[in-house]
Amino acid sequence: MKILVAVKRVVDYNVKVRPKSDGTDVDIANVKMSINPFCEIAVEEAVRLKEKGVATEIIAISMGPKQAQEQVRTALALGADRGILVESDEDLQPLAIAKMLKAIVEKESPDLVILGKQAIDGDNNQTGQMLGALTSMPQGTFASEVNVADGRVSVTREIDGGLQTVNLSLPAIVTTDLRLNEPRYASLPNIMKAKRKPMDTFTPEDLGVDATPRVKTLSVEPPAERKAGIKVADVAELVDKLKNEAKVI
Amino acid sequence: MNFSLSNEQEMLVDTVKAFVEKELIPYEAEVDAADAVSPELAAQIRNKAIELGLYAFNMPESVGGGGLDYFTQSLIERELAKVGWALHVFVARPSKILMACKGDQIEEYLLPTIRGEKIDCFALTEPDAGSDAAGIRTKAVLDGDDYVINGSKHFISHAGHADYSIVFAVTGSEEKNGRSRNQVTAFLVDNDSEGLVIRRGPKCVSNRGYHTYELFFDNCRVPASKVLGEVGKGWAVANDWLVAGRVMVAANCVGQAQRAMNLSVEWCANRKQFGQAIGKNQGVSFKLANMATQIQAADILTLQTAWKMDQGTMSDGDAGMAKLFASEALAQVSDDSVQLFGGMGLMDELPIERIWRNARIERIWEGTSEIQQHIISRELLRPFGC
Ligand SMILES: Cc1cc2nc3c(=O)[nH]c(=O)nc-3n(C[C@H](O)[C@H](O)[C@H](O)COP(=O)(O)OP(=O)(O)OC[C@H]3O[C@@H](n4cnc5c(N)ncnc54)[C@H](O)[C@@H]3O)c2cc1C
Repeated sequence: MKILVAVKRVVDYNVKVRPKSDGTDVDIANVKMSINPFCEIAVEEAVRLKEKGVATEIIAISMGPKQAQEQVRTALALGADRGILVESDEDLQPLAIAKMLKAIVEKESPDLVILGKQAIDGDNNQTGQMLGALTSMPQGTFASEVNVADGRVSVTREIDGGLQTVNLSLPAIVTTDLRLNEPRYASLPNIMKAKRKPMDTFTPEDLGVDATPRVKTLSVEPPAERKAGIKVADVAELVDKLKNEAKVI
Repeated sequence: MNFSLSNEQEMLVDTVKAFVEKELIPYEAEVDAADAVSPELAAQIRNKAIELGLYAFNMPESVGGGGLDYFTQSLIERELAKVGWALHVFVARPSKILMACKGDQIEEYLLPTIRGEKIDCFALTEPDAGSDAAGIRTKAVLDGDDYVINGSKHFISHAGHADYSIVFAVTGSEEKNGRSRNQVTAFLVDNDSEGLVIRRGPKCVSNRGYHTYELFFDNCRVPASKVLGEVGKGWAVANDWLVAGRVMVAANCVGQAQRAMNLSVEWCANRKQFGQAIGKNQGVSFKLANMATQIQAADILTLQTAWKMDQGTMSDGDAGMAKLFASEALAQVSDDSVQLFGGMGLMDELPIERIWRNARIERIWEGTSEIQQHIISRELLRPFGC
């Protein structure tokens, strides 16, 4: 069984980002970049499926600037077998990414595509679902458990109010939620081995995809600063303030 | 010159960072308070380090080590040093001297030490010979096929947990420039040898949970096959290790200082007095600026020295400068951190007092600051015949 895992290059979750002074974007000059944590979970799940003998090959793919090859290398160090980088300096948006993933799916015919449910930069939560629509593959999103057996994958999904299990025919798409697994860290020997694993590079044009952004960001602002709190005398005053001042109830 | 890290180095640093945060930091307070590490915790850390391939990362790949250059080793040391020696000692860095192992010594000492089955310790210092290492008095006298060792060592780190010691002893003397000099030989001595008693040393202010020991040799017989390197060439074997070790101490100091720095910045941004964050006062923020500058300078000096070592162009003076500057910078930074934290800087609820205590040893071991100054100045003056 072949697994395709998508990994996105994002600002490291430890970094405190700030908007640029001209408000056009978030300032990410010289900040640490990492694999999106949900994508890390996706890689871990693929590697576990390989360790269980379910999967035979894991392909890690990233799309973005040349430096996104670092995230592909990290996925290789975590256990993926080979990498693909789709190199583009465009602001790649979910639809373009889904289209390019579709092109790779057609090339590679994976049995399973595992993606993070969303990336911690854009928080779009769209790519997996769009890929499902474009390829007509069944999808199990927000996975907290994944089991492959008898040519099918059963995915336990975290939904509002509880868990739902869907049983999908392969090939299928899975997007990962936080509780699916706890990713390992790359070992020293595997980091060194990753250097020698193959990585192919394409451009959006190679894949026949127009990656021009469709959505334009108008401005980026920091969240409003929290004001100092106040103490209320009793519940009645609290309810009154919530109703008439904050207007939240 | 390229100052950026390779992709592999970045990944390695990420791994070590995660390892330290998850496997070591959660235990540091309890280990410090108890002045002890349980055997279970020690085994847990060792096993995890072996699993991650970090164990013996300083040794060549050909013998099962990490096969990393000194530059990359410094990057790892910098991260490990975010906690004290009590914990990161279990990510063992065996003595490089062991590469001098020959014949049966390779299977008996070198390889098991790299695999984590045996632990080594380094026994040079004696009560009457610290900075003046050439003044050691422990003697080894050939008797048939054995050497008979007599004398004592002190300040020997983790000897109580080690399986064997690399012991330096006087085996003769030679005339040089009209002066008589001791010939010193290195030996591999099993710690359960008859005639060797190992006793816990006094309690130390730095690195609680990481202990020094005293070794007493009373007619301790060691087969001649346990000579490490050549008879009378103990300093030749030691030199390699002692000099590289100084650069690793420097990297360690930078890591400790970085941790104190990060904690201090966050504290100064959040701690409010007189209605505002204390960091709003230049008296505080300028201190932060100086601390950060000291650390950056120590870091660059250390990494450049490690790089020189990799190129084969590092002098003893270079290594001395890195060790001297980084350990003195750490002293200043850790003391400043206590000041910025005020009373809380001295309380064992926060890591600051521990970093401050641990910092103190760095100006003493692996050659005191004064000895580094001696080495550096000697290199400057010697070409002038002074
Ligand atoms: C916690 C700890 C762990 C250690 N672990 C080990 C170990 O595992 N193995 C090992 O072999 N050793 C170990 N040591 C020993 C360590 O390397 C020595 O403590 C160090 O070399 C200094 O020697 P000393 O303590 O005898 O001080 P001394 O040499 O007595 O120095 C006292 C003072 O005099 C100064 N001084 C001495 N000579 C000169 C000079 N020529 N010019 C100017 N100033 C001078 C020194 O700088 C220092 O300030 C350890 C020490 C400690 C404290």
